[in-house]
Amino acid sequence: MLALRVHDLGKRYRLGLQMDAYATLRDVIAQALARPFHRKTQPKTEEDTLWALRHVSFEVPRGKVLGIIGRNGAGKSTLLKILSRVTEPTEGYAEIHGRVGSLLEVGTGFHPELTGRENIYLNGAILGMHREEIDRKFDEIVEFSEIGRFLDTPVKRYSSGMYVRLAFAVAAHLEPEILVVDEVLAVGDAAFQRKCLGRMSDVAQGGRTVLFVSHNMSAILNLTEEAIVLDKGRVVFHGPTPEAVDMYLASAMKRSGERLWNEDEIPPTAYPFRPIALRVKDAKGRTTDAVRSTEPITIEIEYHLDAPIQGLRVGIYLLSMRGEYVFTSFDTDDISRFTKWEVRPAGRYVSRCTIPADFLNGGRYLVSMNASAYRVKRYFQEDNAVAFTVDATGAPGSQWPENRLGLVRPRLDWEIEAEYETRG
Amino acid sequence: MPSSTSDEVIIVRPSRGWLDLNLREVWRYRELIYFLTWRDIKVRYKQTFLGAAWAVIQPFFTMVVFTLFFGRLAKIPSDNVPYPIFSYAALLPWQLFAKALNDAGRSLVSNRNMITKVYFPRLVIPIASLLGGVVDFAIAFLVLLAMMAYYGIRPTPHVWALIPFLLLTLTTALGVGLWLSALNVLYRDVGYTLPFLTQAWMFITPIAYSSTLVPEKWRLVYALNPMAGVVNGFRWALLDTPTGPDASLWVSVAVALLLLISGLFFFRRMERQFADRV
Repeated sequence: MLALRVHDLGKRYRLGLQMDAYATLRDVIAQALARPFHRKTQPKTEEDTLWALRHVSFEVPRGKVLGIIGRNGAGKSTLLKILSRVTEPTEGYAEIHGRVGSLLEVGTGFHPELTGRENIYLNGAILGMHREEIDRKFDEIVEFSEIGRFLDTPVKRYSSGMYVRLAFAVAAHLEPEILVVDEVLAVGDAAFQRKCLGRMSDVAQGGRTVLFVSHNMSAILNLTEEAIVLDKGRVVFHGPTPEAVDMYLASAMKRSGERLWNEDEIPPTAYPFRPIALRVKDAKGRTTDAVRSTEPITIEIEYHLDAPIQGLRVGIYLLSMRGEYVFTSFDTDDISRFTKWEVRPAGRYVSRCTIPADFLNGGRYLVSMNASAYRVKRYFQEDNAVAFTVDATGAPGSQWPENRLGLVRPRLDWEIEAEYETRG
Repeated sequence: MPSSTSDEVIIVRPSRGWLDLNLREVWRYRELIYFLTWRDIKVRYKQTFLGAAWAVIQPFFTMVVFTLFFGRLAKIPSDNVPYPIFSYAALLPWQLFAKALNDAGRSLVSNRNMITKVYFPRLVIPIASLLGGVVDFAIAFLVLLAMMAYYGIRPTPHVWALIPFLLLTLTTALGVGLWLSALNVLYRDVGYTLPFLTQAWMFITPIAYSSTLVPEKWRLVYALNPMAGVVNGFRWALLDTPTGPDASLWVSVAVALLLLISGLFFFRRMERQFADRV
């Protein structure tokens, strides 16, 4: 039984449409007067347009979980939006057998003034649940969300964790034939994330079809057996998940230890933060994507502030190729630097940190970067901006040419105590 | 909504030209209309000190101002009905209309986050924003009853006609609201136009004055404004003024239906761009 058939699907956006959305009537009138026979709805040339998705075809049998992976801007979100009928394709079609529930964002339509109880009903209705369906699942939702006695408190008084838990709880109790999930697991604390992952695999085991998008490779590997890899709007791979993950990581990482940002890659929401470069450098200060574990590794973030920012922290997440976090570190973690850089004036900056020698195990690592003010704003984030390989030659234990388990391979001080038995 | 069976097959494909209205889909989502209306009402009064009293305060004080300036000072004739009740009976449907127009006009933009994340028939949003005003209307209506008792005015035998006139108000408001809400997604100018539009519309509607002041030969043209038909009807049904249904009412009804039907088709045609452009 087929759950989903996608045939030659394509979605074209006109470039600059985002800004056009706020075009005023005056502009349109002026344009019409200037060129009365020019049809505004027809893009002039192909250069004005961007195919966010093109020639995408695949099928998903009922009861399967399909992973969808790809870099930012590869077309994942566009695909999910089309399948959940938020937006229309420009060409091709999708044939959907059964009801689609989409979790493109948790808490859609939540109103801060309403209580948890009221928002459960409202959000449920928005997601397409009937009133009696919500009534029936109400207790289960409350229990799953762990909000307990705050049920009748307006959600504006909730902590962000509670808010997200409640929102996910409602969404997780939707029972569609096809569930479309976009990165919602990136929210909440680790324990709640595990709970959500558990819930998702229950859904799949219940014979329903799930389309799952994530940057978290270990979640993709755990939850799906089959995946497609999207690149620049096209399906570049469709097959078993482990191969898809390898393919994605290999293709995504043809970089040279350096990520340079062009002006047009920086979203307007990042203002006044403007990333310039992220570099991995070896002990001699050369930018490279191959470093030795026995030497210190420097990671350098260069950026410009177009205006002062209060409470800014710039930092990195270091991940393994499988998406497991090795650590998170910010440039103002240290309390004295935190006080000194309370406000960063406009100007050009370099934040640099050193990963000590004899710390990482051999293997390939990913660096994601983040620039934010805690609980105020996330100015900029880029997942998997740079990759580098650590060569473990000479690392502790190199005398045995075996694979060492673990992400770190520290040179620890061992002591061996012994009492010799003297034999006559 | 979930009443769809699992055997249902949905084909997602590019749509071309004028779409069918697909009102059955809207009917399936009627519970969402209910919840959104309920949310709007609940949120509106949740953080106000006077709460639902606001539904009364606005038309009541407008009536007081009108009575002082138009009734007492300008001595505008009021069809032999006390001026306060004459103007209040007109302000009731007018406030419903003006509020519906403003709320519906902005509804798509203010519910942007829902539109870009979840599927549902978009018509649900302006419809729900329209219905929120009906509750205010009902509350303000109670004050009218109290005023009628105070002035010793008995309901006329044709008071039932309020219901069709109320429907005519909603039809007009929804028709115009659909046009404005869809246009507002593409051109934010609509937001700036709304206050001006409402004000101008108020003057071409017989609220402060009686439509009997309009010369006979202009009555049919005057009735092109469906709200003129509504106000005349309200006064006639409640106060027995000489503005009962005549040929001009049919002009109002025809215009209202034209607005609604054209609004529905225009909205549906624009709908496919909403998620990308809102």
